Amino acid sequence: MELTEIIKPENLVYEKPRLMNNTPMHYCPGCSHGVVHKLIAEVIADMGMEDCTIGVSPVGCAVFAYNYLDIDWVEAAHGRAPAVATALKRLNKDKMIFTYQGDGDLAAIGTAETIHAANRGENIVIVFVNNAIYGMTGGQMAPTTLEGMATATCPDGRDIALNGYPLRIGDLLAQLEGTCLVTRQSVQTAGAVRKAKKMLRKAFENSMAGKGCSVVEFVSTCSSGWKMTPGQSNKWMEENMFPFYPLGDLKNVE
Amino acid sequence: MSEEIKLMKGNEAIAYAAIRYGTDGYFGYPITPQSEIMETLMAERPWDTIGMVVLQAESEVAAINMVYGGAGSGKRVMTSSSSPGISLKLEGISYIAGAELPCLIVNVMRGGPGLGTIQPSQADYFQTVKGGGHGDYRLITLAPHSVQEMADFVALGFDLAFKYSNPAIILADGIIGQMMEKVVLPPYRPRKTEAEIREESPWAAQGKPKDRKPNIITSLELDPEIMEQNNIRFQAKYQRIEEAEVRYEEFHCEDADYLLVAFGSSARICQKVVELAREEGLKVGLFRPITLWPFPKKAIADYADKVKGMLSVELNAGQMVEDVRLAVNGKVKVEHFGRLGGVVFTPDEILVALKEKIL
Repeated sequence: MELTEIIKPENLVYEKPRLMNNTPMHYCPGCSHGVVHKLIAEVIADMGMEDCTIGVSPVGCAVFAYNYLDIDWVEAAHGRAPAVATALKRLNKDKMIFTYQGDGDLAAIGTAETIHAANRGENIVIVFVNNAIYGMTGGQMAPTTLEGMATATCPDGRDIALNGYPLRIGDLLAQLEGTCLVTRQSVQTAGAVRKAKKMLRKAFENSMAGKGCSVVEFVSTCSSGWKMTPGQSNKWMEENMFPFYPLGDLKNVE
Repeated sequence: MSEEIKLMKGNEAIAYAAIRYGTDGYFGYPITPQSEIMETLMAERPWDTIGMVVLQAESEVAAINMVYGGAGSGKRVMTSSSSPGISLKLEGISYIAGAELPCLIVNVMRGGPGLGTIQPSQADYFQTVKGGGHGDYRLITLAPHSVQEMADFVALGFDLAFKYSNPAIILADGIIGQMMEKVVLPPYRPRKTEAEIREESPWAAQGKPKDRKPNIITSLELDPEIMEQNNIRFQAKYQRIEEAEVRYEEFHCEDADYLLVAFGSSARICQKVVELAREEGLKVGLFRPITLWPFPKKAIADYADKVKGMLSVELNAGQMVEDVRLAVNGKVKVEHFGRLGGVVFTPDEILVALKEKIL
């Protein structure tokens, strides 16, 4: 039996989102990025906005996000995506603009740009992948690295006396008048993925309705950085990340 | 209709010229001695009239990255700052050059290093024409010596930036920014329409129609072989700019025995030096580079066979003098005279320096 005989419209239960390119992904097995990319592709396509969406990719593992989604992109310097997105949106009001940022990009080097873009109420979506580690550079400590969690630059575990506390930047952003939606999601189960997609869609709709800045944080895994199997990573995330970064809406203005 | 002559500061002229040019966006952060640029734009409210975006950013770093984003969508966008702020922008400027985006930057220089002083200086010459940020890139550098040129160079800078898909910078100083002179402002021209931008900048990130590939604005290329090819392409472009865009002005150079070489406010002061010297019977001329990059090295080299010496007069410790020396390649004596840290020389002390160092 040929593949074409199996793949027929009447047998179709699932297909690759049409905005996902046929580019082999560089993400490691078990990494959350792939699923988050897929959700963004689905939401943009569901909204019929692919011809007027511009993504802003970060520096970090997602620097190559532009290889995977069939839309226009601007690749920003480390941490500067919200500033880049600010100008894109203000100069192109009818376009749908989002940033895609990791924890180092958004909550360390880009803290100022993140807080001020959010506080100005820029009509953009900030997608925040929080896996508590720097993946691309080889597993160094992130601003969101948990206390006691070992990384390449805190091999004996994050020491609060030395490194300070992990940063719940989502909570901080929820305090700002300029944000209309700050939500913390995950993608390790089918149920979580469905819920996350719903909130992601809400965020994109907010941006086009001019309601202000929407932040969708994904508490995520980094199997390579954490030195675990994908299965172990999901379990570790649920047991260690979720208590410190509880899922749910931190702010949702109707 | 007769020309409308106005009296204003150089910084204000930049702002009015930007509105009249049809600039799409300005992103800035306050710093002396250039804050009047954003203040004037905010007072004029060009968003109400021509739809121009004016935004006070949270930092110079954010402002230049807003310029990067705006330029990436094909818009005419600009920022302005003064020396310490430009240092902060250099990362973004390198990215803009690496992504080959057109934009306009204004540096109204003040004395450094560090926080330095708010008084005028020309000590950012190296930073501007030799790189500043990381990597092999060049900035098209225009050095105005009058309020009129502050106004005129907005259009020239944008036009050159778009002609070559490269950032352009107006390198002024606190004197040119703050002094008031009469100026004829350029006529109004409309902002580009979306259709015009798509035609002019087909590479811009504007939202992807179904019939083209995604436009991706980036300076990243991990494959060194391809990155080398990118750099070779940049260098070929810089070569074209060096061949076609050199600008300079000569003042009493035709019979000169001695040449003053000066840009910006120093050139204005040196005009007086030429007059004083000629009253004493000394045949002194002034060569004023208008583009600091591309540097008018051939025109200066041609004078090496005609004059007995050159004095590079700069408000710094000797920066452009290196390019003058490279241009004349040892054929004639080249010395430097400068004042530092925000102090401005008088015509008399320049004339004394000319006599001591060159005659």
